[in-house]
Amino acid sequence: MGGETDIINVEIVVPNQTRYLSLIGNIAEQVAKALDVYTGDRDALAYHLNLVLTEAMVNAIQHASPSDANKTVRVCMQICDKDLRIFVYDHGQGFDLNAVPPPNLDALNERGRGIFFMRTFMDWVSYRKADNGNVLEMYKKLA
Amino acid sequence: MNISTENRNGRTILSLKEERLDAHNSGELKDYILKLLEDGHTRLVIDLSGVRFIDSSGLGALLSGYKNASLRSGSFLLAGLQPRVQSMFELTRLHRVFDIYPSLREVPDGN
Repeated sequence: MGGETDIINVEIVVPNQTRYLSLIGNIAEQVAKALDVYTGDRDALAYHLNLVLTEAMVNAIQHASPSDANKTVRVCMQICDKDLRIFVYDHGQGFDLNAVPPPNLDALNERGRGIFFMRTFMDWVSYRKADNGNVLEMYKKLA
Repeated sequence: MNISTENRNGRTILSLKEERLDAHNSGELKDYILKLLEDGHTRLVIDLSGVRFIDSSGLGALLSGYKNASLRSGSFLLAGLQPRVQSMFELTRLHRVFDIYPSLREVPDGN
């Protein structure tokens, strides 16, 4: 049957704790491996989605205030035909993504590569206020 | 974090028994390495053959180890990187910083 549009919508809510990084990352890998529409290296895509979701979730956890220990992070992955959108919602104070410069890869800084990875492996990344908190949104064209 | 440590041929070898080196366990690795260096184990080898995923925090923990070993005139070698993990070092140009060996067998003696 031609002309049909595949739609996958995955929503996960977890406590804002790093112990859930592997759960989120593994789900992202499984979604990537199921994407028949993607004609590139699906194993590489799986690693990259695992990575960008791990980095986005760490970002959400780090920007939550210490009193938010019982709060949650909500992750949504939407695939509609060849468009992949990822939303990561947090309840923190937020930050200005546009003020984050590209890392100096020749400097031996221990931090500062997370957003670089997101910008490298996704086509578009934004961070804005939403739903009593913030949302980090990432987009990638799959073909 | 599950790490096995062994002294062999003048080097201290840390084998990471984790599939992921990420923000959940990288702080623990960083502290573990620092403790070994403070205890005088300054010729370290990190066996990453069991690690199939690394994030920016994992890279940061290894950089911390490298810098702290260098401060003590020690050595900090990496071995056994899986291809996708290796690609993260290449993307961030850290493969130019670390001495990386295909496996523990290729690591020269530290004596």
